[in-house]
Amino acid sequence: MSRTDTRAGRVAQTRPAPGRTRRPWWTTRRRDQLTGYLFVAPQLLGSAVFVILPLILVVWYSLHEWNVLAGTFDYVGADNYTALADDPNLGPVLRSTGVFSVGLVVGNLALALLLAVLLNQKLRGTILFRTLFFSPVVVSLVAWTIVWGFLLQDNGGINGLLDTLGVDGPNWLRGEGTAMVSVIVVQVFKNVGLNMVLFLAALQGVPAELYEAAEVDGAGRLRQFWRITVPLISPTILLTSIITVVGSLQVFAQIAVLTQGGPGTSTTVLVYYLYQQAFQFHHFGYGATLSIVLFAIVLALTVLQWQMRRRWVFHES
Amino acid sequence: MSRDLSPRAKLVLYGVLLVLAVPFVFPTWWMVTSSLRPVADIFAFPPQLWPSNPRLEAYHRVFELQPFGRQYLNSLYIALVVTVGTLAVSALAGYAFARIRFRGQNVLFLVVLAGLLIPSEVTIVPLFQMFFKLGLIDTHWPLLLVPIFGAPSVLATFIMRQFFIALPGELEEAARVDGLGRFATFWKIALPLSRPALGAVAIFTFLHSWNLYLEPIVFLSSPEKFTLPQALTQFVDAYGGPMWDVQLAAASMTALPVLVVFVVAQKQFVEGLAHTGLKG
Repeated sequence: MSRTDTRAGRVAQTRPAPGRTRRPWWTTRRRDQLTGYLFVAPQLLGSAVFVILPLILVVWYSLHEWNVLAGTFDYVGADNYTALADDPNLGPVLRSTGVFSVGLVVGNLALALLLAVLLNQKLRGTILFRTLFFSPVVVSLVAWTIVWGFLLQDNGGINGLLDTLGVDGPNWLRGEGTAMVSVIVVQVFKNVGLNMVLFLAALQGVPAELYEAAEVDGAGRLRQFWRITVPLISPTILLTSIITVVGSLQVFAQIAVLTQGGPGTSTTVLVYYLYQQAFQFHHFGYGATLSIVLFAIVLALTVLQWQMRRRWVFHES
Repeated sequence: MSRDLSPRAKLVLYGVLLVLAVPFVFPTWWMVTSSLRPVADIFAFPPQLWPSNPRLEAYHRVFELQPFGRQYLNSLYIALVVTVGTLAVSALAGYAFARIRFRGQNVLFLVVLAGLLIPSEVTIVPLFQMFFKLGLIDTHWPLLLVPIFGAPSVLATFIMRQFFIALPGELEEAARVDGLGRFATFWKIALPLSRPALGAVAIFTFLHSWNLYLEPIVFLSSPEKFTLPQALTQFVDAYGGPMWDVQLAAASMTALPVLVVFVVAQKQFVEGLAHTGLKG
């Protein structure tokens, strides 16, 4: 619709040609269309400026070296990608990212499912327990991480508790093996309540008759769980696993507060490495290149999960 | 699996739940009680569950060491503006995508939806450079504009759209027949009906903004402009070691208000967030 069209339409509407009736151009349908565009305009413009444009720019920047301090912005071609291939840290960083993601997803989903099944029993006070398990979700992330950092110190509360049991605890956040485990555990307890609530909602949708029938057939609880519960809530398992995997790739604050990526690179996950390169060492071009790696991983995982959906999701709502 | 349990099974279940609850509750408890202890007592052995002589000294020092009141207000006003802005943007767009027919609708929706696939960390470098060129580094603009219009509000728009699609349309149609315009129908009929979805979006938007950490440390550099998560990590001594009593006092002041609101309104919180999760 060009502007002249609109003007002609308005003229036609206000001054109909004498002798014959013309259908007005400015119909309810067109008015509806315009309203539709106006309603989505803020979100659409926002997405264009703050999501799509930066995504294009990140590719552009990955071909440049930008030095804020010197004020230079030079085209370097594929140099950043060559540097990526030669970066001795890339392997360990991707490994840390993978270990964190797998640990978090397995820990989070298993614990969330366990809690949901326990809270789905006929028991008084389940609301109270649900509140307790959910409460870390609303506690500010950095505050939660600071307290755990305090608890996990060499002379902190966890080792204090272990000491009373006669166990000599390690320096959790400074040990090569224990740092990553600590970070995963802290993050599992922070957000497991969210998945627990989603699982609870799903469990309540499983018809009780199915369990009764299985009981009559003599199936034990564990068998009922694997044969009835898991297949029936599989769409929720898929949804929570997507949310948790993508979330696990974005972890940053916990690493920055607890370990600063250390010891060595044992907890340097991709986003933390990206932040270090771009904003601490001012290698913005290389940071952009790492952003593309992150995007490629997220994209690949999402596609993979949608493919898997057909294989193991029992039904779709 | 909601069948009646034997008393013994119940007892076992309570025991298991209580043990499992410890790592969820203990850190918050330890944070608050330790913040009331003198530094020397914080690492006392054996650890005391209750401070023997509670005092508020660390809470005074929080405000002496940093413009903490100002930082608190920063976080609060940013989270409120972002929440209201996101509600407006996402309700309008969600309603249009669900209820109004316009050309190119599906393509435009896919363009918006792409935001769900792109973690904000991927675009942080170009966003920094965009705001740098606009001279908006060390201002609150990036923390307001990007969440309201960018990727974080995409999820909100998606949730609102799903909600409006599921909402029966008869009332709106009746209003339309009575001659109410699109905006009036949206404002007077659809919006009041969508309170549960708006509530859920408001809760997760507020929490998201309140917790934001990477963006503030990238975009802000003056302490009086800091937000709370960023400010919390700044209480360090001359050697870069954390001043535990002060950090824990500041962390308590950051965590407790939301926690208290949550305990009072936990039904809305939990069901609201469950609702968004299922719909999203």
